[in-house]
Amino acid sequence: MLSLLRPSMDHKVIGRQYFVLGIIAALTGAFLSLLMRIHIVWPELELPLIGFVKPETYLGYMTIHATLMVFFVVVAVPQSGFGSLLAAKQVRATGSAFPFLNVAGLWLTVLSFAVLVSSFFVAGGASQAGWTQYPPLSALAQAAPGQALGMDLWLISILLFCVAIVLTALNTAFTILWNREMALGDMPLSAWAWVVNSVLVVPAFTILAAAGTMLFADRHLNTSFFLPAELVVNGEVIRNGAGSPLLWQHLFWFFGHPVVYIAILPAMGMVSQIITTFSSREIWSYRGMVVSTFAIGILGFAVWGHHMFTSGMHPMASFAFSSLTMAVAVPSSVKLVNWLATLWHGKIRLASPMLFALGFLSFFITGGLTGPILAQPSLDMYLHDTYFVVAHFHLIMAMAVLFAIFAATYYWFPQLSGGRLMNESLARLHFWLSFVGAYCTFMPMHFLGMAGHPRRYSQLLGSAEYLQRLAPMQMFITISAIVLMAAQAVFLLNLVNSWRSGKLANDNPWQAASPEWMPSHQVAASK
Amino acid sequence: MALLLVLLIAILIVGSIYYFAVQWLPVLAAAQPAFSDKHFQLTLLLFGAVFAITHVVLAVVVWRNRDREPGAQPGSMRAEAFWAMAAAALFFGVNAVGTRLPHAPHPAEQVHSVRIEVTGVQFRWYFRYPGPDGNFGRTAAMLVDASEGNPLGIDRSDPAAQDDFLSPTLNVPVGRPVEITLRAHDVIHSLFLPNLRLKQDAVPGMNIPLRFTADRLGSYDIACAELCGLGHYAMNAKLRVLDSGEFSAWLTDGPH
Repeated sequence: MLSLLRPSMDHKVIGRQYFVLGIIAALTGAFLSLLMRIHIVWPELELPLIGFVKPETYLGYMTIHATLMVFFVVVAVPQSGFGSLLAAKQVRATGSAFPFLNVAGLWLTVLSFAVLVSSFFVAGGASQAGWTQYPPLSALAQAAPGQALGMDLWLISILLFCVAIVLTALNTAFTILWNREMALGDMPLSAWAWVVNSVLVVPAFTILAAAGTMLFADRHLNTSFFLPAELVVNGEVIRNGAGSPLLWQHLFWFFGHPVVYIAILPAMGMVSQIITTFSSREIWSYRGMVVSTFAIGILGFAVWGHHMFTSGMHPMASFAFSSLTMAVAVPSSVKLVNWLATLWHGKIRLASPMLFALGFLSFFITGGLTGPILAQPSLDMYLHDTYFVVAHFHLIMAMAVLFAIFAATYYWFPQLSGGRLMNESLARLHFWLSFVGAYCTFMPMHFLGMAGHPRRYSQLLGSAEYLQRLAPMQMFITISAIVLMAAQAVFLLNLVNSWRSGKLANDNPWQAASPEWMPSHQVAASK
Repeated sequence: MALLLVLLIAILIVGSIYYFAVQWLPVLAAAQPAFSDKHFQLTLLLFGAVFAITHVVLAVVVWRNRDREPGAQPGSMRAEAFWAMAAAALFFGVNAVGTRLPHAPHPAEQVHSVRIEVTGVQFRWYFRYPGPDGNFGRTAAMLVDASEGNPLGIDRSDPAAQDDFLSPTLNVPVGRPVEITLRAHDVIHSLFLPNLRLKQDAVPGMNIPLRFTADRLGSYDIACAELCGLGHYAMNAKLRVLDSGEFSAWLTDGPH
């Protein structure tokens, strides 16, 4: 495993390195969320080494938790990690189109991670404005303790990440399109997902890089893209040109909504491979799956306004955005029907990758169904920025994608580890603990949201009176979250042990049909 | 039998979601809010049914197909189109039924309504009433000085500002339309009135209108719903819905 610290131009090594970085980021993010859950229910607890957690410290944990999980885990691992590891082999390419872009992407991502985590150790601590970074809170050092150097480091980290992911995506797209040794119509669905996704990554992250640069300019170069003419912060009058805080929200969500699909499309592609392998048949409708991948990707850029129904945007715009959002349900249900029909006509083997793929389906349904609730402006008027939203995106974006990552890890472990398999009993234990733990953690959050509990509240102590009766539910969620995280120790143990001394796999342990399982001499022969 | 049992469990899940959703919502105190409790319950029931049915299908298929020969059936465009259209009909239908497009208030309603300016400041809500003249006086950022008792920077040299007054609670008369102008001085806040099913961001540099009519007497909570800094969780206030006599009495001698 130590050899993973050495830079390499080999796409398989780069894939493994992205994977390990993702695991480290996920563990850091999970640890932060544990601290958050503890602070919510025991705000006055003194933790060993950490001490008392202040409300602003909680907000720092929250911001970095979200940034790590969104950027370095659910986006980077399926797209850059498994994409680098597998895309070339899946299209029978002998190598990457641009290995240098791939390796540069990886090490810039490592640097970006280091910069982000270092922000905890500067004066004022990490940024406290949430991963959505709405100005003026994100633009003014006076607005919160972490909005000084911590915020600058957050912006630098994100700019580095944007450059990195675009470099890797360019390599993935050109590797699949140029270096493939098969017809487009024969490509595995995961290869389709990686190529469509790479095309989405370029505009989405370029917009974020531009918006981030504008925010940096507002902070240090006296521009006023996102700042209105006059502000009074902490009694201090701040004069600016006449900019608009809403402009940031438009730019951010023009990146921020597509990024949800950038996270889930490769997850869907990988799950499609796993479901077909363990159903012992082909996907029910290949064409439907490819077309719906394109449709989700394109629609993803037309729905950003549904994050802004209560922002002061015109109500007619809200109606347009809500209708466009409902349209996403069409390709999504094509995918769901395809997976169900494949299972319906298949012979099902319930090995650990399949269990996690079915877990993905369950979270995709559960988290997906609350989307069209929040996408209705009249309902969002009440539910927006409550725990209902937290429940929604943790199920659809966090749990669904995470379960797809677990499914892919168990399934492609021979490719990750160089020919070994993970322990199946531990994998099953990991599945059941995580599946139950995740539902017990995130389902009750819907009820908190219905009761009107706003999100991003560091504690109940001192908050509005009507929230106090929700304390027992918050306690239940904290306990479930501790169980969910403890279950990941089973995964980690299995991962480290199996990587070093797992059972040796034969060439095609799951009897899969896609080219990455063919031994290399057969690939050469089939050309 | 097993199938029936699964169905029963699914119905119990959906039923309890539907039933308990009503219990979780705070008491409704507004007349005809855009968020309709009935529509929310309808949505939960329909989507809860989809949730239950798909999970039952998933469970049954996985159980049934553990030991059988796989079929080679290719997909059918027609079946795919049917399910996609069914999903579209469900989601577009629910959205169309639930849509409340705003209409311009009737002039008579505007004359009759109570005007209040609400300003969000880290980490408090200020409620300004225009006084007997019905007009709000000018404000200026350079006049803001909370320690001098002028947290909103009201320009007392403006005649319209002479009778303006601030209240720490949002007092409104029952049954009369309320017209709020929502502002913020520093960062974005969001005025959240759970009992009125209402939420609107307060954005610095913008004056955002907000209308409601409270139809139930009582004292209710107000929270901040947009992350505004370290005191976000503690930024709250009270809404008091008074009968018209009480409200007039409070206007004339309460706050001064």
